[in-house]
Amino acid sequence: MTDLIEVKGIAKAFGGIKALNGCSFTVQKGDIHGLIGPNGSGKTTLFNVMTGYERPDAGSVNFNGKEITGQSPGKIFRMGIGRTFQLTRVFSRLSVLDNMLIAAQHQHKWFKSALRSPGQGGERQRALDLLDFVGIARLAELEAGSLSYGQRKLLELAYLLMADPDVLFLDEPAGGVNPTLINQLTERIRELNAAGKTILVVEHNMEFVMGLCDRITVMHQGVALLTDLPATVRSDPRVLDAYLGGVEEEAEGGDPDSMADATFTQADRSES
Amino acid sequence: MSNFLRAVIDGVLTGSVYALMAAGLTLIFGVMEVINIAQGILVVLGAYLSYVLSVHLGIDLFAGLIITIPVMFVLGVGIQWGLMRRLGEREKVSMSILVTYAVAIILEGVLDLIFGPGYLQLTAWYVNQSIHVFGFYLPYIYVFGFILAVGLLGSLYFILYRTEFGRSLRASQQNKTAARLIGIDVNRVAAITFGIGVAVTAAGGMVFGATTAFNSNSSADLISRLLTIVILGGMGSIGGAMGASVLMLVIEAIVSTYWSPTWATLVFYMVLVLVLVVRPAGLFGQKAVRAQ
Amino acid sequence: MSALTKTFKSMSKAKLAAVVVAIAVIAVFPLVFTNPTVTEIAIFALMFMATSSAWNGFAGSSGYFSLGHAIFFGVGAYAFTIIANDFKMAPTSALFFLMPVAGVFAMVAAVGVGAVALRTKRHTFVVITIGIFFIFQLLGFNLNVTGGASGLQVPTPSNWNAATFNNPFYYAAAILLGFTVLLYWIIKRSAFGLQLLSIRDDEERARGLGVPVWRVKLSAFVVSAFPVGMAGALFAYLIGQIYPQTVFNPLFDLSWALMTLVGGIGTIVGPLLGGVVLESIQQYLNLYLSNVDIYLIIYGVVFLAVMFWMPRGIVPTVVGAVKRRRGTPTGPTSIATSDDKQPAKPDQTAGLIVTAKGATE
Repeated sequence: MTDLIEVKGIAKAFGGIKALNGCSFTVQKGDIHGLIGPNGSGKTTLFNVMTGYERPDAGSVNFNGKEITGQSPGKIFRMGIGRTFQLTRVFSRLSVLDNMLIAAQHQHKWFKSALRSPGQGGERQRALDLLDFVGIARLAELEAGSLSYGQRKLLELAYLLMADPDVLFLDEPAGGVNPTLINQLTERIRELNAAGKTILVVEHNMEFVMGLCDRITVMHQGVALLTDLPATVRSDPRVLDAYLGGVEEEAEGGDPDSMADATFTQADRSES
Repeated sequence: MSNFLRAVIDGVLTGSVYALMAAGLTLIFGVMEVINIAQGILVVLGAYLSYVLSVHLGIDLFAGLIITIPVMFVLGVGIQWGLMRRLGEREKVSMSILVTYAVAIILEGVLDLIFGPGYLQLTAWYVNQSIHVFGFYLPYIYVFGFILAVGLLGSLYFILYRTEFGRSLRASQQNKTAARLIGIDVNRVAAITFGIGVAVTAAGGMVFGATTAFNSNSSADLISRLLTIVILGGMGSIGGAMGASVLMLVIEAIVSTYWSPTWATLVFYMVLVLVLVVRPAGLFGQKAVRAQ
Repeated sequence: MSALTKTFKSMSKAKLAAVVVAIAVIAVFPLVFTNPTVTEIAIFALMFMATSSAWNGFAGSSGYFSLGHAIFFGVGAYAFTIIANDFKMAPTSALFFLMPVAGVFAMVAAVGVGAVALRTKRHTFVVITIGIFFIFQLLGFNLNVTGGASGLQVPTPSNWNAATFNNPFYYAAAILLGFTVLLYWIIKRSAFGLQLLSIRDDEERARGLGVPVWRVKLSAFVVSAFPVGMAGALFAYLIGQIYPQTVFNPLFDLSWALMTLVGGIGTIVGPLLGGVVLESIQQYLNLYLSNVDIYLIIYGVVFLAVMFWMPRGIVPTVVGAVKRRRGTPTGPTSIATSDDKQPAKPDQTAGLIVTAKGATE
């Protein structure tokens, strides 16, 4: 096992709130690595820092032995890390197929390729194959904005695969997905993993995480509490403590991860 | 030195009136995320209204505000209810610019049709008589205009921070959905805000018309200045708009004193460009202007 | 070039026939309608079809609404006039070849304007383009090289037959239009066009997926300045006299926006349709209605009417209606239809698809 991603002492504060407070852990090549923790423990901020969407105040992220801290999201994507967003980010007025083709754009020299039509050289076929892989090939011609929340999650995963990244960061892939179908999602992720991809998953659904991941990192108050095998994590008393603390927090603000809430935030986002 | 002082005083006094007009514009943006391009022509409309009241009915310019401010308020509410409320959320800002631009050219056409292209200026004893300060003469209207602008900005502050409506307004400004959830009638707040934002142009237009010769074409220059001020002040920030107004008008007055009035307007936009190169969020903007 | 032939092949026969007919109509128009008033209106219509296509090519595709494209019209007009005057060029048909040169000057201006304006977010962009526009207009009024407020005289062909005087201008405008439409037709089908659309939908995400956002935005902006600059040059040559306020005209951008929105933003045909209808009406009113105010009012009212009753523009509305009638389930033009057909079909592959409560969003 080799360390593929090494996170060292990442800190990030928003105003006075310390979202990350010296967070360190490593992801091994070929693993499905889970990232769990109560709300506000800094999971999404960590994702943002690792993929260049947020600049850390301190610390470093190494990928394949190279430091990627503070690089632009585009650069990190080109280096082989693809990510999804908790609230999906699809190009809503473009067709599902066009969404797929955009993610393939970076593979060409821009000046040479700007005027060629997108989808050439088998790209279009590959896009359709990948849509088929996640199960939404029949929606290829639809406007992406007309897809349901779950369908968008799948589209986002599919278009990342267009770029064939070595690593996939999935931000709550099962959030909003019908429970009875989570098994199939698990299967897809396993297949990708078997094909050699390292996967880092943020997820709240414990069953999903425990069943899927080779290794799990528990976050609490901006630090990585521990990284271990699912079974060990399950029985670690510190994890229970972290979550019990979290339950009280959640009781006040409702459960922000329920589907109802996710759509609410989604609607809110499109309004502003 | 006395020239410099004069330029600064001039800039501060006129700047206060621009601050009032810009405050209306930035308030509307802050609450509804729409840009009211018609603000310029509404100022001109305010000036024409004052003109009609004073020339045809013999009502004093300041007394006339008791009539023109409510009229402009109602017009603002009307624009919000009739047009802006119907805008979709997609490309809302750009669409609002186009819609209010259309409103502006309609008003411009109507005003030009009624009053013709000739330049007018409002008159009263305080426009024609001057006071002697620091070795130069200053028409009273500049001083009275300043007092009026400061007074109205003060009332605006009071409304925003000391009243129940102000609380609803600021809540809507921060998070529309949340405001709705705690029972605020966001549509009503939006209509009243638009009304207030437009009402200030009645006062601004009166002072503008008394200090400058104007016709319906003056609106283009006015709106571009106001937009410059609002951007420099950080869109949505009333304090920023006030600071930017005074700063810009002082700079303009200094340039026109020491260089030439023709280049002074140019400097206005040059400052905007230079500032945006260095700070795309504006001079006083804390929150970066949100992407759509 | 292979991309070009391929895209030609991808056209349906009906479309191809429509294009051929349109070209034929434009080609014979001045031979049938010889009245100089009519041809002059036609020249303006062609010119505004081309310029609103260019405006749409940038603004409609990128979502950055420019209210400063009149800058490029003015720069083109002044570049054309100043070059023609300084080099004492004879006013012949050869002078039309100065149009692309003027277009290049407009592009150079666009590099500068874009480098400043495109750094800002969308709505600030709209406003900053107005500001920069006024800088250019003021420069036009205050510089020596532009002749200040008294403007510049443009050499006018003196020995052309009065009856057919307009024809060379007409065909120059037609060629400009053809070029512009072809340009945007190619772009729309290209990777570049797709990248622009991705920026319109979610700029940050596009950047995160490796789309060179800045490069795409700036090049689209600069490219769109070229036809507009050429139109400015043609305008100068046609009118024979330019003033800062006639070539740096703030109403131009509103016209282009209106024509584009009326026709259908983001479509090829939309700005053409909007341009030919609205510019013809405007020129007609201009000629027969000495009062400028009336057309300002009409303009504003038409604009508002279109925005609120047909917000997607004529072309998408009509296309959508036709497709619905035929029963073709096309998602992109109608969200309603695509929503209707997605639930309740639990086939195996679609197993992962979840409507949950999220379908309501």
